[in-house]
Amino acid sequence: MKPGRAARLCFLLLCLCCAGCTGWQSAMDPQGPAARRLDQLFWLFTGTAALIWLLVMLVLALALLRRRMPPEAVAEHRSTVAVGGAVAATVLIITGLTFASYLATRQDSAGHADALVIRVRGFQWWWEVTYPDAAPDHSFLTANEIHIPVGRPVRIELAAADVIHSFWVPNLAGKQDMIPGRDNALTFTVQQPGIYRGQCAEFCGLQHAHMALLVVAEPPEAFERWRAAQLAEAQAPRTPEAAEGQRLLEIKACGACHTVRGTAAAGTLGPDLTHLASRQYLAAGMLPVTRGALAAWIADPQTIKPGNNMPMVSLSADELQALSAYLVDLK
Amino acid sequence: MTALRCAALVVLALAGCKQEERAMRLDPPIAEAMDAVALMPDGIGGRPPEVHVAMGNPYRGNAYQISQGKRLYEWFNCRGCHADGGGGSGPALMDGWWRYGPDLVSIYVSIRDGRPNGMPPFRDRLTPEQIWQLTGYIQMMGAYSASAAAPGRNDRMFSRPSENRAPAAAPAPGQP
Amino acid sequence: MTRGRPAEDLRDTALAEVELTHGLARTWQTPSGFWGALATVDHKIIGRRYIATAFVFLALGGVLALLMRWQLARPESRILSPDLYNQVFTIHGTNMMFLFAVPVMEAMAVYLVPLMVGTRNIAVPRLNAFSYWMYLVGGVLLWVAFVLDMGPDVGWFAYVPLAGPQYGAGKRADIWAQMITFTEISALAVAVEIVVTVLKQRAPGMSLDRIPLFVWSMLVTSFIIILAMPAVMVASTSLILDRLVGTHFFNPAEGGDVLLWQHLFWFFGHPEVYIIFLPAVGMISSILPTFTRRPIFGYLPLVLALVGTGILAFGLWVHHMFTTGLPRVGESFFTASSMAIAVPSGIQIFCWLATIWYGRPVLKTPMLFILAFLFTFVIGGLTGVMVASVPLDTQVHDTYFVVAHFHYVLVGGAVFPLLGGVYYWFPKITGRMMSERIGRWVVGLLLAGFNLTFFPMHILGLQGMTRRIYTYQADMGWGGMNLFVSLSSLVLATGFLLFFIDAFRSARHGAPAGDNPWGAATLEWATSSPPPPYNFVRIPVVESASPLWDSPDALPVATGLRMDRRELLVSTVADAVPEARESSPGNSIWPLWAAAATTILLIASIFTPWAVVWGAIPVTIALIGWFWPKGTPEDES
Repeated sequence: MKPGRAARLCFLLLCLCCAGCTGWQSAMDPQGPAARRLDQLFWLFTGTAALIWLLVMLVLALALLRRRMPPEAVAEHRSTVAVGGAVAATVLIITGLTFASYLATRQDSAGHADALVIRVRGFQWWWEVTYPDAAPDHSFLTANEIHIPVGRPVRIELAAADVIHSFWVPNLAGKQDMIPGRDNALTFTVQQPGIYRGQCAEFCGLQHAHMALLVVAEPPEAFERWRAAQLAEAQAPRTPEAAEGQRLLEIKACGACHTVRGTAAAGTLGPDLTHLASRQYLAAGMLPVTRGALAAWIADPQTIKPGNNMPMVSLSADELQALSAYLVDLK
Repeated sequence: MTALRCAALVVLALAGCKQEERAMRLDPPIAEAMDAVALMPDGIGGRPPEVHVAMGNPYRGNAYQISQGKRLYEWFNCRGCHADGGGGSGPALMDGWWRYGPDLVSIYVSIRDGRPNGMPPFRDRLTPEQIWQLTGYIQMMGAYSASAAAPGRNDRMFSRPSENRAPAAAPAPGQP
Repeated sequence: MTRGRPAEDLRDTALAEVELTHGLARTWQTPSGFWGALATVDHKIIGRRYIATAFVFLALGGVLALLMRWQLARPESRILSPDLYNQVFTIHGTNMMFLFAVPVMEAMAVYLVPLMVGTRNIAVPRLNAFSYWMYLVGGVLLWVAFVLDMGPDVGWFAYVPLAGPQYGAGKRADIWAQMITFTEISALAVAVEIVVTVLKQRAPGMSLDRIPLFVWSMLVTSFIIILAMPAVMVASTSLILDRLVGTHFFNPAEGGDVLLWQHLFWFFGHPEVYIIFLPAVGMISSILPTFTRRPIFGYLPLVLALVGTGILAFGLWVHHMFTTGLPRVGESFFTASSMAIAVPSGIQIFCWLATIWYGRPVLKTPMLFILAFLFTFVIGGLTGVMVASVPLDTQVHDTYFVVAHFHYVLVGGAVFPLLGGVYYWFPKITGRMMSERIGRWVVGLLLAGFNLTFFPMHILGLQGMTRRIYTYQADMGWGGMNLFVSLSSLVLATGFLLFFIDAFRSARHGAPAGDNPWGAATLEWATSSPPPPYNFVRIPVVESASPLWDSPDALPVATGLRMDRRELLVSTVADAVPEARESSPGNSIWPLWAAAATTILLIASIFTPWAVVWGAIPVTIALIGWFWPKGTPEDES
């Protein structure tokens, strides 16, 4: 199968944009107390395991290479003691490790009263993110990108809209499944501002591989600014081309699935696009939000992300131009 | 070894069977051609586009396409008027009684262009491919016998037996 | 013929050696020709078929693995579409678990256990024939579906709702579920046969503390199968009911539960690991004495470790569900029990080390496989302790770390001993030796290829690479290591290829092996290679745990079995004191017809629930035919 030109272009863009971003989805690079505890526990286990493995291999090598004396009936008794000792050591070690892991879990399950609550719902194959608020006009929806203030505990409430997904941002915390008919939650705190990537960890169908999300940790002031900006309605079109784009969004199939607050588009089946261009990625981590990538995505979503639920809507080149001009302005 | 040889023969024989297609993307020219249905003057019945016939009626017996249609039925709130096919403010879809004809083209046109008395046109909200998927699903929903490609129940409260248990019990035409 | 001389004493006591062997061969032989081959109930012929079929599935599954590695070698590669990739990894997993690993272990047991306990055929041999046909059909069903692009695409674990009626379109998940039914019927049948064979058909004197350890491991394994497999049959049947009939076992909206599936599946799925692993450690415990020239160290602790593993196996299924949000107390319990499994595993490893320490190691190929096993399995076991810890598991669950872990356990822990076992018992099965020179290459390539392929996956998992993804983006930085892994997998594949070539070549042209080419101690080496249809001319009497070493010249034998009809010696469970002569069923084509009828029922019930009603008629007819008295000597006794 020959990749489409659009896909190749986007792929290139992606490479350029994110060269050198390694480690932003890694359990080895913890950025919060929860992940750090797990990392320490990991090294404790790994160190113990490596030591045991080396010991076993050493004994095996000695057993194979040692010189043998003819009668060894007496020695067998000693070896019974040795084997018994090894078994006793095994019991002690695993008891210690069980205890260590129990302690790590217990610290995690402590409650936090002042936690920021965020609801995340897994869809095939994107994430719906809700910032609830007691005042309905202060809660809002976004997708695939979670902003959190640094230093404040965050409680992510997890749910699934269709099949089982799993929320995993390895730099911040362990994973937790999102299961239809059940509610799960995950609490963590981030100490360093930064961008951390997560990915669905439970097999969820065709595009399981392309179901990423970003967690943007920023200072509290920046977070509040972002929050205020998200609460606003969509940016009104500033050029005639963008105005044409908005018209297309409303009359074509887009509005049937997507919402752009402040316009007639109010579908709830796909990600909320009100502040699409304030996000870094499109289609759950597939493409950067640029005008070219937007046009490529709209023109042929099924080649870029085969099997996803966005249909290919036939648009002329001019219409595509207008639509992408409008969307890329939705800061 | 004899058993292995027999197994090989069975595999060879079965390998001649038809593959189940799972097309995720229609080429744009085909998608456009798919919209070219020829309709009788009274708006009921007609001829499906040639490309539809040439492709072997891909939206009728294909489990994947039908399940996509079922998903669209949910998503575009067909249930709002037609319920789970039993009818509400819109007519029932599974009682074998079709106001505008039971054939694919009639159903396709009903969805695309709408019908009098409340059926809105979905021309601008669905692509031809999606309308065909819905058409396949709706025609199967009203069939008298269940097809092997029919989907099972939904993961929610469901007011009728699942599609693959058809024909579902339905009120006779004329009754409420 | 036998009718004509009813008064004559046809027991083996009264007959000369030549007359006896001829008579026994006539009674126990498999008739030649096509129908004879289909009707045989000889455990050796069926066992050979089972082993060969399982290795065919291993090769096919290996090809799928290479396809996946080809796809993953580069970021965003488009060699396999996501739809095809999902089918490929599902079928790779399903195939390796249900069509290779479990059946091949049972197949080795079908062949070896009757020989090792010194009896003439496996218990309920017609059921054995039936079980092979069921297994074969199950495997063919899966692969034919794959060829028709209807292969399951929901993972070998088939989690609902993805595999449920709403999200699993078509018949793909049904085919998976019904394939489970086929292989489970076959596995359960074999498990019952092995339990009966081991408990009731042991040679006189083979008390429980003299049973070869492979036989012990198969006994424990068979009990695990009998207790664990029903759970997955309940699960897969409920899934089919949900999908086909519209029940709501797994539908939260109507009172079902999505997690119920996971509990049922893993209540089987975790013991499944030990169903594969225990026979392998049994093989090691049986092979090791031969190549260290001494009895195994710590027979009793090893048996207790097997039994302990078998019991613990049922207490740790929840560690596959640590991220589903279960109560903390429960999770801590399952952490402790999952880690506790390290104790019996440790006991076994320490006993083997002591055996090597006090023995005189002979580094032949089977022994090299055991060393390769120790090298890799210990890593797998230790990473197992890591994933047993709830907090650590939340990081590594469903990542390549787990992929690496279970390949270390299953390939390092089960396939290496199995291949060692094949090199070890090949001369018994075919009468010819496999090549020692090629064998060393095979061990070397597999050990190097395996570790180079799977060790980096641990790191990939920690770097955030999740499982079951058909591709990954270039900026994730996983490309280099994935390419390395893919290239290494070619080394691994070469090792397997070499093994297959060696096996094919040696079966025809290998050096002829004597009865006991390795100088081993257990009963299967007391008969010729390959064994005659009746296994032993006279049933041996066992006086120690290493009979061939303790009575090197000639085994004492028990006499008194008839030669004009199929007779076995039945002995007591604990001490193997002979109790009775029992007739053993002769060849019959009816197991094949019964399997065909069951096949019709099961496959048709993918499409309509009425198949269970109408399909029951041919099954009933086949069973009547199976059990109809046919006037053979065995029927009359």
